[in-house]
Amino acid sequence: MNLTLLILLPLITAALILLAKGLQQIRVIGLTGAIAQLGLAGWLLKLFIAERAAGNNATHLFESNQTWFKALNINYHIGIDGISLAMILLTSVIVVAGILVSWSMDKLSKEYFFLLVLLSMGAYGFFISLDLFTLFFFLEVAVIPKFLLIGIWGSGDKTKSAMKLALMLMGGSALVMVGLFGVYYNTHTFDIVQITQQGIPVAIQKFFFPFAFLGFGVFAALFPFHTWVPDGHASAPTAASMFLAGISMKLGGYGCLRIVALMPDAAHTYSWIIITLATIAIIYGAFATMMQTDLKYINAYSSISHCGFVILGIGMMNKTSINGAVIQMVSHGLMTALFFAAIGMIYSRTHTRIVTQLGGLLKAMPFISTVFVIAGLCSLGLPGFSGFVAEMTVFMGSWQNSDGAYRLATILSGASIVVTAVYILRATGRAIMGPISDEHSILTDATWNEKLAAVLLIVGILIIGLAPFLINHLIMPSTDAIMVQMGKVIAVK
Amino acid sequence: MSNYLYILWIPLLPLATFVILGLFGRKYLSGIAGLLGTASLLTSTILSFVVAKQYFFVDGKVNGVFQKIVALKYTWLEFAPNVSIDLGIIVDPISVMMLVVVTSVSLMVHVYSLGYMKGEERFATYYSFLSLFTFSMLGLILSANIFQVYMFWELVGVSSFLLISYYFNKPSAVAASKKAFIVTRFADLGFLIGILILGYYGGTLDIGLLIERFTSVNSTQFLSITSASFLGASMLTWGLTLVFIGGAGKSAMFPLHIWLPDAMEGPTPVSALIHAATMVVAGVYLVARMFPVFSMDETALNIVTYVGAASAVFAAVIACTQTDIKRVLAYSTMSQIGYMMFALGISKNGGESGLGYMASMFHLFTHAFFKSLLFLGAGSVIHMVHSNEMKDMGGLRKLMPVTHIAFLIACLAIAGIPPFAGFFSKEEILTAAFHENKVIYGIALFTAALTSFYMFRLYFNIFWSKEPGLHSNTHNHFDSHDENHIDNSNGEGPWVMKLPLIILAICAVGVGFVPFSQLVTSDGDALETHVDVIFSIAPVVLSILAILLAANFYKNKNNKSDKVANAFGVFYTAAYKKFYVDEVYIFITKKIIFPFIGQPIAWADKNIVDGFMQLLAKTTAKISELIKGLQSGKVQNYAMYFFGGIAVLSILFLYIWK
Repeated sequence: MNLTLLILLPLITAALILLAKGLQQIRVIGLTGAIAQLGLAGWLLKLFIAERAAGNNATHLFESNQTWFKALNINYHIGIDGISLAMILLTSVIVVAGILVSWSMDKLSKEYFFLLVLLSMGAYGFFISLDLFTLFFFLEVAVIPKFLLIGIWGSGDKTKSAMKLALMLMGGSALVMVGLFGVYYNTHTFDIVQITQQGIPVAIQKFFFPFAFLGFGVFAALFPFHTWVPDGHASAPTAASMFLAGISMKLGGYGCLRIVALMPDAAHTYSWIIITLATIAIIYGAFATMMQTDLKYINAYSSISHCGFVILGIGMMNKTSINGAVIQMVSHGLMTALFFAAIGMIYSRTHTRIVTQLGGLLKAMPFISTVFVIAGLCSLGLPGFSGFVAEMTVFMGSWQNSDGAYRLATILSGASIVVTAVYILRATGRAIMGPISDEHSILTDATWNEKLAAVLLIVGILIIGLAPFLINHLIMPSTDAIMVQMGKVIAVK
Repeated sequence: MSNYLYILWIPLLPLATFVILGLFGRKYLSGIAGLLGTASLLTSTILSFVVAKQYFFVDGKVNGVFQKIVALKYTWLEFAPNVSIDLGIIVDPISVMMLVVVTSVSLMVHVYSLGYMKGEERFATYYSFLSLFTFSMLGLILSANIFQVYMFWELVGVSSFLLISYYFNKPSAVAASKKAFIVTRFADLGFLIGILILGYYGGTLDIGLLIERFTSVNSTQFLSITSASFLGASMLTWGLTLVFIGGAGKSAMFPLHIWLPDAMEGPTPVSALIHAATMVVAGVYLVARMFPVFSMDETALNIVTYVGAASAVFAAVIACTQTDIKRVLAYSTMSQIGYMMFALGISKNGGESGLGYMASMFHLFTHAFFKSLLFLGAGSVIHMVHSNEMKDMGGLRKLMPVTHIAFLIACLAIAGIPPFAGFFSKEEILTAAFHENKVIYGIALFTAALTSFYMFRLYFNIFWSKEPGLHSNTHNHFDSHDENHIDNSNGEGPWVMKLPLIILAICAVGVGFVPFSQLVTSDGDALETHVDVIFSIAPVVLSILAILLAANFYKNKNNKSDKVANAFGVFYTAAYKKFYVDEVYIFITKKIIFPFIGQPIAWADKNIVDGFMQLLAKTTAKISELIKGLQSGKVQNYAMYFFGGIAVLSILFLYIWK
């Protein structure tokens, strides 16, 4: 299959949206395009599994390589492994859900749907790139729409939040750029596969790794570069929050993983710093969440904590932990999108997100409340949902590092499951349970589009949670390949 | 070896009920939800008995020893080669015994709830949660992999949470459910780390393999886990103690017990099932499941013993002072579980000295029946009186004859009066304690006397104390249970509420005669035990004395008990206030964690971390503000900078750098 379809499809959808007239046309085109993406991603999965079953053990499948800018040796080199495929599937699910919850967005709807679709294009391009420059290009494509989505359709102090988010992510991009260009000037290629084969001198790695890793870390809400997360999410409209947490933050995690695989020596040297920052993010994010009263801030801070597990898994640098990091990315993407969707549904009805002003919603809106509780239970790592699988895999992986400090990091991170339970139950106990106020008791439950969006995300969460061997089979060979690469490079040293 | 794969249906049926009722119950099935749930569980129960018959009496034994059979093993999540979560089914004496206990008690509760919960708005939801719990509990006891135990462990926790908060618009119920989940979650963290330790050194998560490796003193795994140490204790001690902490949380052992009394906010049948007979003994079951490994480590076993014994006596003292009948029963549960725990702690693995293990499992078995009977009986009383408080009861023996007799039988059983079930199991525990540890024996004897006292205090207060008829209108001004729609003339409620009481009462008499020592032992080999009449005299006489004392105090209304309470003074108040353990917890969370950890972090995030980012932005803006004058567009300024620059450079070149 030609992977470029993944970029063309959103592009065509976006163009059609610009030509469409009226909310009805726009949203139907948007949804059709999104469903087509989902179908394409599903088809890709089928082909991928068929190829693997046929014995094709190449690291990257469906590769294609075209010269883009000869003078600088920039190529449009694309291909996917199991990890990229998992991220593509995640993106396509979230796009459908995001379009569905935006069904009645009547303010500048054309521009709104256009930007959402554009953002998804950036994400797909990012996940299929095997060329650092192309990767960087698509990363930027995915940043700009976020600024507009928050700045125009947001709530609260939206201008400031939009500026903050855009500037910090741009700052992250700048760091990424320095890192990638540093690599380029020493290897004279942007091609990831080629660089992996020839390796990067250790001194160069040690100098440029921090730039690239921290740059992607900003996207992945790495402590202390996470401060765009709470404000950005709180101001963003529902679908933008879902995209932001479900897709954008995953660009960061995915980038970090690729950088670690690219410069394993430096990653080894700095792993204690990575792990320290990740552990801080996990604990600190959890405690900060505990003190929040705005539902969106609760989910935003908890995202910082949960994304810490992604970084922790990557930083521990063994097969199990990296597997866990990838599962956590997918799991957190689905779960947090579901959470934001539920919060959006509650907010659009009650016009408040402050937990103390809510209560007993289960009585008036059983469906939305159940969705909220499911998202919460997934967040606190209940078996049967994806969060459990992801976190436990990270723990099991982390524990394999028998060094005392690493053990301590694992235990501290593990302790966050208690704090998570506290803040999830506090929010649920206040907002969903307890007595309901009279003005809230007449509110209506979810509409068909909201239900569909929630069910789609819940199905994703359940598939991972109930049958984790499926995703494990998909990504395990790719993590194996990464381990082999890293092992080889480290051995060469 | 015959095929036990059909056991899979036992947990799958409640799971199916949960899914069906969860998805469609509210809208389409609310009428038949109860019957559906009961029917599916009845099938599970019958299957459990079939399994028990087959295992215990047909083909469980090979050469006279009961075998551990792994009937199913499916790799669910692979972490690394050989280290994986496998979903499996283990068939051995304790799992089969638990199958019978869980399905029987759950079935009784399902039937009872048909009457007790009738007319509830969320009737179908109630049955779906009940099914979810039963599924999770069955999954837990069948686990052959320690991580599988942990998964179902969490699932029973969340089912318990959902059922305690069933009356979700009642703030106290919500608070209780949160407390239950968070306290047990805290303990589960210990369990998780314990699993990580044992799994890391054992190189597997399979319980059978772990036991095999850690019980052979020459295996590399055993040598590595005992030689590694941290803070002076070996990693084996650490791993087992942490696993035990998980068990202590679920089983409400001191000091992790504080959630159990509050959990009584849930509907009473739920308390009977989850917080009396099944989930709360999960901790005991866990220690028993891992017992061969525990038996390799003296320190861990001692911790189990002393925590169990302390909990037993601590809870019994508190139970003597409480006035809410469900709370008395809750503390009584805690005390009896303490009994089971220390019985395990003093036991050894295999042979004659494995008596404690057998006794513990025996007590778990008998206790499940009489304690669920006590709760269901209490439920009937509450259903009628519309209050949980003793002072609103009294003289009910005429109005509720079936409940009265059933409750009396249960009280005699828990007090250990022959020939009721509790006598036999308690006797074994006391015998084991007498042989292994005299201090523990003393504590156990004292606790047994206290148990008889507070149980009969409860009994006399409910059924005697006042004259019949006095209370008939008391329910009007109580609203603690808004679920009741049955008028008083109905007395004890419909037959679906009476039948379980009768069946359980028969069990409370009969199950003591199950030849447990032949069936459930630490090594699968039959154990020779005999009831020693001389030995039994002391505990039975003590119990009878305690009962007589309770009768003297509470059979007729008098103020003798108040006088005694006053005589104890501060100690009585402390016990009544549950020794202030709750206050300590509230102090730690509300006064330490929230203001000294949570708030500073939230503050620092806003002001320091984000403040730094803001500062960067502001500095950038300031700098650009400062230098923007340079690009004013005024040619004369540029000319001035140009000539000024030349002048400075000339001076530099001419005089300084030469």
